[in-house]
Amino acid sequence: MKKYVLDLKLLGVEQLREGYGLLRLTDAKAPLPEMSAGQFVEVRVDASAQTFLRRPISINRVDREHNELWLLVHAVGPGTRRLCELAPGSVVNVVLPLGQGFTLPKAAEARGADAPFSLLVGGGVGTAPLLCLGEELVALGHKPLFLLGGRSSSDLMQLDLFRELGEVLLTTEDGTAGERGFVTQHSVWASPSMRNCRFVYTCGPKPMMMAVARLCREQGMECEASLENMMACGLGACLCCVEDTVDGHVCVCKEGPVFDTRRLKWN
Amino acid sequence: MNSELTTAIASLQLQNPVMTASGTFGYGLEFADFVDLNSLGGIIVKGTTLEAREGNPYPRMAETAQGMLNCVGLQNRGVDYFCREIYPKLQGLQTNVIVNVSGNSPETYAECARRIAQLERIPAIELNISCPNVRQGGMAFGVSADGAASVVRAVRAAYPKTLIVKLSPNVTSIADIARAVEAEGADAVSLINTLMGMAIDAERRRPVLSIGTGGLSGPAVKPVALRMVWQVYEAVKIPIVGLGGIMNATDAIEFILAGAAAVEIGTANFIDPQVTAKVIDGIRDYLQRHGIGSVRELIGAAHG
Repeated sequence: MKKYVLDLKLLGVEQLREGYGLLRLTDAKAPLPEMSAGQFVEVRVDASAQTFLRRPISINRVDREHNELWLLVHAVGPGTRRLCELAPGSVVNVVLPLGQGFTLPKAAEARGADAPFSLLVGGGVGTAPLLCLGEELVALGHKPLFLLGGRSSSDLMQLDLFRELGEVLLTTEDGTAGERGFVTQHSVWASPSMRNCRFVYTCGPKPMMMAVARLCREQGMECEASLENMMACGLGACLCCVEDTVDGHVCVCKEGPVFDTRRLKWN
Repeated sequence: MNSELTTAIASLQLQNPVMTASGTFGYGLEFADFVDLNSLGGIIVKGTTLEAREGNPYPRMAETAQGMLNCVGLQNRGVDYFCREIYPKLQGLQTNVIVNVSGNSPETYAECARRIAQLERIPAIELNISCPNVRQGGMAFGVSADGAASVVRAVRAAYPKTLIVKLSPNVTSIADIARAVEAEGADAVSLINTLMGMAIDAERRRPVLSIGTGGLSGPAVKPVALRMVWQVYEAVKIPIVGLGGIMNATDAIEFILAGAAAVEIGTANFIDPQVTAKVIDGIRDYLQRHGIGSVRELIGAAHG
């Protein structure tokens, strides 16, 4: 996919919860380029002293009808905080689309109760790319099943949008929403319907993704995980964001961020 | 008036003074969507060693005030892989493709250089005697005049084309090192490689980088780099390639005025993948604005 450097216009930042901003961006001049779920965007902050490098942010949603790109930003440091504080109308310079996204299954054939489905497992801000993935799966005629987890019900974001795409299962550590516990402890994993699960996609904190990958291995399911190693260039040039794989150190920004978990040395 | 952008590094002709620094531009191909690679003065590709290297563990990068630290540690798949898999993809480029060469002994440097000398479309190598991120070799050679001389002597005997030696700033007198490599027959020097530094995570109370220390690059190092280009210009007769924190055309002009015949752009490629093209345009504008016929008139011009 061809990559671009674009000046996008910020339509607004919606604070989904304390410390999380949803940036809605548009290109006033042209349709947004082709991009796919799991890919990411390198966002320029301002290259000032403490926010020198771009920030890699996953694609939350591409709304073709309104020509909007959505980025869900967790304000963890000065750069992401500044992005969440930008005023509507600001110009946001982005490099996109970057990396390899999720592998989509072939267009669905079977339908009905026994139709194969994909399980999308997200935690925290890691749910962001799963919304985009869910939309792509639905467009292919697939039924995504979402399993989203957080410490508490207030951690769970964009639930209405997920519910428009498919069934949503929840876990919270404090039991304020869905089943109490971690995503890997949800009862769905033991349900007979899981035999129709073709694919598991996961994004979230690394320990969560490792646990999901382990569960998938035990149950004989393929699993793709989206990593978020610290990056500089986002283009495979600086070799800073490497992950240890069966093929040695590979750049998460170029060969990932999405990996077949069997390729990762997570044991 | 049409100002002339062409310059030269010894016998190597450049259509303009703007090259890309090793380790910041991949093999060039990674940036092909952003920049017309053939418009560059040169592309210095990723550091290459005789044998494949896995580099250092993650994390390898830390953002710092106006810059970044890295401890990649020369990850590459070895010179034979480069010759077999990468070179064919670069052969058609109409710019100078230069290979950055590293090693852990004068012999391995020389053997790596010998294999690259066979590649017709690679007119030069940049010898990296200044990598701060590998235990064996790398900077160990670049921090003493004798060490630097021993590597250049071995490579000079094995490599007939343009030999650029990349110098470390982590030394007491960079001019002494430059004189030593000039005496061994280097055609040019490039400077500076990264400055050794470190970052500590106050919350975790541990160093950020996997090996503790790393090389600092970006605008934070520019004044140091500029001073060193200035000093080396007064110490040697061979051409200088200047680098260290160049973010725009004005920065590049400053390096040329300090004595650089050409420049390399590194970390800035991460901030703006189109920066090289902008610097070339900016140098052209500068020359026209000042009524200067050729960029070569500016080399070392600040020395008076």
